[in-house]
Amino acid sequence: MSSLSKLNPLNSMNLRQKTILLIGLIVLLLVLVYASSLSIDPANILTDFTLRNQPPSFEHLFGTDWLGRDMLTRTIKGLGLSIFIGAVASILSSILAIIMAFISSVNKYGDVLIAWLIDFFASIPHLLLLIMISICLGKGAMGVIIGVACTHWTSLARVLRVEIKEIQTSEYVQLSEKFGKNKFWIAKEHILILVITQVIVGTLLIFPHAIMHEASITFLGFGLSPHEPAIGIILSESMSYLTTGAWWLAVFPGVMLLIIVLLFDILGEEVEKLLDPTKAQK
Amino acid sequence: MENDLLTVQNVSISFTQYVQGLQQHILKVISDLSLSVKEGEVVAILGSSGSGKSLLAHAILGILPENGQCDGTISFKGEVLTQEKKEELRGEHICLIPQSVNFLDPLMKVREQAIGDVKDEEKEKALKHQKEIFEKYGLAEEVGDMYPFELSGGMARKVLLSTALLSDPELVVADEPTPGLDQASVNETINDIKRLAQEGKGVLLITHEIDVALKTADRIAIFYSGYVIEINKAENFNDVNKLLHPYTKSLIEALPRNGFKLTSGVQPLEEVDGCPYFENCPIRSDICQNNKPDLIDHNGIMIRCHNFDKEVN
Amino acid sequence: MVIIINSQKLAKFLGYKAVRLFILLVAVAAVSFIMVEISPINPVKSYAAEMGASAQQIAALSAYWQVDVPLGEKVVSWLADLLQLNLGISLIYRIPVVNVIIQKFTASLVLMITSWIISGVVGFGLGIIAGGTRGSWIDKAIKTYCYILQCAPSFWIGLIIMLIFSVYLGWFPVGLAVPVGTMASDVTFWDWLIRLILPAFTLSIVGIASIALYTRDRLVNILNSDYFIFARARGENHWSIIIRHGIRNVLLPAITLQFMSFSELFGGAVLVEQIFSYPGIGQATVAAGLRSDVPLLLGIVLISTIFVFCGNTIADILYKYVDPRMKGDENE
Repeated sequence: MSSLSKLNPLNSMNLRQKTILLIGLIVLLLVLVYASSLSIDPANILTDFTLRNQPPSFEHLFGTDWLGRDMLTRTIKGLGLSIFIGAVASILSSILAIIMAFISSVNKYGDVLIAWLIDFFASIPHLLLLIMISICLGKGAMGVIIGVACTHWTSLARVLRVEIKEIQTSEYVQLSEKFGKNKFWIAKEHILILVITQVIVGTLLIFPHAIMHEASITFLGFGLSPHEPAIGIILSESMSYLTTGAWWLAVFPGVMLLIIVLLFDILGEEVEKLLDPTKAQK
Repeated sequence: MENDLLTVQNVSISFTQYVQGLQQHILKVISDLSLSVKEGEVVAILGSSGSGKSLLAHAILGILPENGQCDGTISFKGEVLTQEKKEELRGEHICLIPQSVNFLDPLMKVREQAIGDVKDEEKEKALKHQKEIFEKYGLAEEVGDMYPFELSGGMARKVLLSTALLSDPELVVADEPTPGLDQASVNETINDIKRLAQEGKGVLLITHEIDVALKTADRIAIFYSGYVIEINKAENFNDVNKLLHPYTKSLIEALPRNGFKLTSGVQPLEEVDGCPYFENCPIRSDICQNNKPDLIDHNGIMIRCHNFDKEVN
Repeated sequence: MVIIINSQKLAKFLGYKAVRLFILLVAVAAVSFIMVEISPINPVKSYAAEMGASAQQIAALSAYWQVDVPLGEKVVSWLADLLQLNLGISLIYRIPVVNVIIQKFTASLVLMITSWIISGVVGFGLGIIAGGTRGSWIDKAIKTYCYILQCAPSFWIGLIIMLIFSVYLGWFPVGLAVPVGTMASDVTFWDWLIRLILPAFTLSIVGIASIALYTRDRLVNILNSDYFIFARARGENHWSIIIRHGIRNVLLPAITLQFMSFSELFGGAVLVEQIFSYPGIGQATVAAGLRSDVPLLLGIVLISTIFVFCGNTIADILYKYVDPRMKGDENE
């Protein structure tokens, strides 16, 4: 990267603009996918038995399934659902992380408790914990969202915990304390603003994991019900048809899911670069 | 000029950095630096710590980080050094004595690092040579089996010195060789460096400790705010009247008080139009504000000032 | 690299870890038991459905599951059973849960360790190459490959690999028709080995990404370190420094990271075993979950917790006791 950096002020503008442009494009693309999935009424995904298991063609770019349904439409609908569940789960998970981080910043016991909770959640394999939570809540979207939120708050909480500790010991916060400001005022005025960057980036970075985990446990049969147009369902259905050579049932939905995950991942990293320039030096 | 080992001409070093919001920022660390080192001569660059003078050493050896930019020419024995040439010479003809023990691999025994990457058949010879050099600089044999974290400050200093000298270089660049050492170790280091010069090597000594520079060097270059403002003979520093630049004078006059250490870091960092010392200068005039003085030769003394006392020599 | 281990300190550390593991297991056991208890699953009903039990048996089962007892007491008695290693009978396999776990977990361990080693070695190698050629097309290619792998759900990669090697190339049978209830002992060694290849391959590919990217980042940091600069100043060439200093300094943290990845490894195994019908603990997990085999599910939660804990503890030991620098820290 840095080898490009000649002493040209134009270049500096370029990197900043490039980053902003990239962020804009990704957001636009994701909004587009989500909007088009909203515009699809599941009732309108026609079943047409004359068009069963058709390979990709101009009419059906992603082919059709065993009920003759257009796979492109099903995939986009599924992606919309993935984005929605990913969004709800990662926001929920960030809220959880913020709450936990604040509890840990209140006093020593809170800190010990949260450290223990983080350890506890990290000690059971994520997927298994997801399955347990999903079973506990009776499967379905609710189980998935809560499950993903409960398994993903730890990383952000860890970061926030350290960040808050650093801020607490910093000079200006201690100065405010000396001036008799109470803890909530300090939290509001100093800590909140400084952790907000971490929260934004953290939430964005949870997104890809949330989407993938949702798809994974739905695929295993613990997530969304088979009636939902989810990517996990599509892929698990495709397993029965792969042996007959219906490769398009698995390849296209999977690639699309990968692209969405990748977009969120890049989005997270670009935003992080913009907000935390040390990341860009590398 | 003909027996100059190292010639540095108009060298500027700058860095590209990204700040909040990915705005690019160019940080100039060294501006228009010129100096030379002859065989058997010790030249000190004296500047406050953290002012970036170490980067000159890195530039000479071609080890600046990738976002660093070096302009100007550096020549060795009259030959201009390209990056390829630097890579060929470093470690063999030009050696670096680095700042601290951090410059040693923390997970490798000292001996292995000192001999470097040698072929198996030459290893025995290299080990023998390493033993000799370690002995010469007063290092016990078992020091070779230590990890860097096990070395004391004085030991680490000697290890760094002997590691650099294993290949018998012609030019030695010593980057802050004395900080954090007790007085005895400092004196030893000073003697070691002087001995190098007596052996005919050229030494470029980069330091922020005035007494080390005074005791070791033949000539001293004063580094201020990225500029070399004066290069004078070491003996002239005994007499303030023989010094030309007002900053150098104030430095020497203030010596007993500041304990022979140059630590003031408050020097303008952003690029100024005029003389870098303008703000603090007692003899400034209008011309100094907007015109940057060049480094000129005045009876063998290099000086960067519009108003210096032309009578002194 | 010399490995210096202070055995007395290590013993103390391991003792402390053992206590921690015990507390953790009790907590995990209690929490997971409560989670299943408040779930809509009714163990008695699922038992009855699975086994076609008579009214008498149902009464016995109700007694075993203590249907009428308050939750708190249930948890305590479940923990007491657990202390005697009595995890109950698996309703799918109809043998004690402990036996199922031993058999299934052994099979999975082979799968997980194989792919753990392959992904570790290949990932580390790729990371070193990428870091050493930083900024070149090789680096970019490796980075892109890793990014894409990281963003691909592992079960989908499994599907694609099955599509390529089983369906199109026909090198491996598709999902051998052995029902989930069959014990591993009924499968011949050869069958088992054939079944191991694709899952292990998939799991290796999935595992490469994180270790490669980590190794690369770490090496790039070292490339900017003072000792790397000094090695360059001494005239050592780029790859020689990477081999002499880079690998030396990246290896330990990379191995540590690899040991900390047991959690993801287990998750990956669950998905991959499901796709390739590999008769391991992952497949048993899914079966137990879907068919409400509560005793087995709880047993799997415990064994996987121990598994992850072991990985993290080994990572801790490596981090704290193998680095020669720690010898110096003891004096502080």
